[in-house]
Amino acid sequence: MRDSPLAIEAQGLVKSFGDVRAVDGVDLAVAGGSVYGVLGPNGAGKTTTIRMLATLIRPDSGSARVLGHDVVEEADAVRRLVSLTGQLASVDEDLTGRENLVLLGRLLGYSRAQAKARAGDLLEAFGLADAAGRLVKTYSGGMRRRLDIAASIVVTPELMFLDEPTTGLDPRSRNQVWRIIRALVAQGTTVLLTTQYLDEADQLADRIAVIDHGQVIAEGTSAQLKASVGSAALHVRLHDPARRGEAEGLLAQALNAPVYPDSDPATICVRTSDTGRAVGAFAELSRAGIEVADFSLGQPSLDEVFLALTGRTAEERAEEEGEEVAA
Amino acid sequence: MSAEPLGSALAAGERPAPPSALSATLAFAWRGMLKIKHVPEQLLDVTITPVLFVLMFTYMFGGAIAGSTREYLQFLLPGILVMSVLFTTVYSGVSLNTDVTKGVVDRFRSLPIARPAPLVGAVLGDSVRYLVGATVILVLGVAMGYRPEAGAPGVVAAVALVLVFAFGLSWLFTTLGMLLRSPNAVMNAGFMSIFPLTFLSNVFVRPETLPGWLEAFVGVNPISHLVTAVRGLMGGTPDAGEIGIVLAAAAGLAAVFAPLTTWLYRRKT
Ligand SMILES: Nc1ncnc2c1ncn2[C@@H]1O[C@H](COP(=O)(O)OP(=O)(O)O)[C@@H](O)[C@H]1O
Ligand SMILES: [Mg+2]
Repeated sequence: MRDSPLAIEAQGLVKSFGDVRAVDGVDLAVAGGSVYGVLGPNGAGKTTTIRMLATLIRPDSGSARVLGHDVVEEADAVRRLVSLTGQLASVDEDLTGRENLVLLGRLLGYSRAQAKARAGDLLEAFGLADAAGRLVKTYSGGMRRRLDIAASIVVTPELMFLDEPTTGLDPRSRNQVWRIIRALVAQGTTVLLTTQYLDEADQLADRIAVIDHGQVIAEGTSAQLKASVGSAALHVRLHDPARRGEAEGLLAQALNAPVYPDSDPATICVRTSDTGRAVGAFAELSRAGIEVADFSLGQPSLDEVFLALTGRTAEERAEEEGEEVAA
Repeated sequence: MSAEPLGSALAAGERPAPPSALSATLAFAWRGMLKIKHVPEQLLDVTITPVLFVLMFTYMFGGAIAGSTREYLQFLLPGILVMSVLFTTVYSGVSLNTDVTKGVVDRFRSLPIARPAPLVGAVLGDSVRYLVGATVILVLGVAMGYRPEAGAPGVVAAVALVLVFAFGLSWLFTTLGMLLRSPNAVMNAGFMSIFPLTFLSNVFVRPETLPGWLEAFVGVNPISHLVTAVRGLMGGTPDAGEIGIVLAAAAGLAAVFAPLTTWLYRRKT
């Protein structure tokens, strides 16, 4: 771990809405200058956690310090140092892109001229100069997201919250957002982002917390998390499903790994990340005259991570309890 | 979106001192005006109803109520001016309700600005709407033959008084805007309260012609006091007592409902 002070320190955060415990005892420790990913499916409690850290809602219990300030007692101090890009686009649809940024510049304390100049620079940098005079409701999802992030950095924040910054974006827009996030981090901003995609957390985050039902069920670097799931998976789709049994035998042997059935009867799934052996396995298949229609070597999906994690944590918890009793 | 301007734009955002409460409020007022500029259709709804009322009441009932349409218009127009502006105040609540369902409020609430600034600014921005409502009715009235005895100064004073009362009243509707679930609910509740209050006042008829119990209600209705004060100002017979009652009512409404709206706005999750 780096020795810079913690940018976010949360202990036992809890927030309920009626009967729903949206966040149920979350602890987080985020190092300054890093990108921290909060990974979890819909309804896991990501947005609620981020809103508590950004001082928008008060925790029912637990406490959090952001950049050294308590989020309840010193909310104003926190607000001065952070910015939030919400899951709903936090820009005004009935205003133009330029007006949105000028308004925020004014609200942050710039003079009218400074606010206009800053808006112009940001629109240029984010590829929105041509659309600057159009109402935001006519923007595409990717443009809106970029404007939203631009609005969050009118004043460069020390810490930035990004709630699912790429959900619903096409791959090109997603890449643009990733570039912006990397550029921000290069400037020294700490980023806490939430996502539903393991791939995204993997690409951007130094450390990841996996959350489900309002609880952190795993925490670590991307490599640690993936190691806990097992390796990536090779998916092979055959031309002729009838030869599947034969192909399964060959693959299991060539890769020295167990094969799993897939929902598609022509597809075979093998847990491996060994590309060298995979090439050899394809040679075996073609020698046996089995034609491959399609194949992919990919990361485990969030579903797979989840399955592995929830299964594992149940076991671990049982073990830990056993140890505590013993100790 | 090339790397270079991106890098320098990111680096350039130095933090100025937070804005004063006044400049934050004015920035929000500017936002409200921009919205009116971009969505001018909003103004149509609120001006058409009073216009129809002027035309309908003057030409259909004018003769029956006051003996001649001209004389009735002279009586009716100040009241319709009040009605037109007060109807518009409901929209302050509607637009606040629309706002808080959107993500942009999260951003406003996470800025280091004076807490009531977004709300006071929005209500100030709405004064443009109130002014448009007042102007439409005045122009229509003059075109139909209405002549204010007090001339332009009287009209300006009357409009100013209506605006002050509208500021006070709009806080009632912003409170509704925070409490109700949808913009439509705010609209319905708003008009369900403002419609009867406007009709059970002295806008259309002289209270002396009403049954006693109704006359009593009309007498305490603040809208009646506002209408009487406005008639006085436009007719060249200003009544300090009535104006005082109106100012007190406006201050009372603002004192209760402005803090309540601000509190609800901050607590909204
Ligand atoms: N304002 C709210 N009122 C009631 N329930 C809520 C509210 N916000 C969130 N929830 C519930 O809390 C849980 C967590 O929601 P959320 O934090 O939005 O999850 P995520 O962002 O991970 O999808 C969900 O079950 C959601 O329905
Ligand atoms: Mg969410």
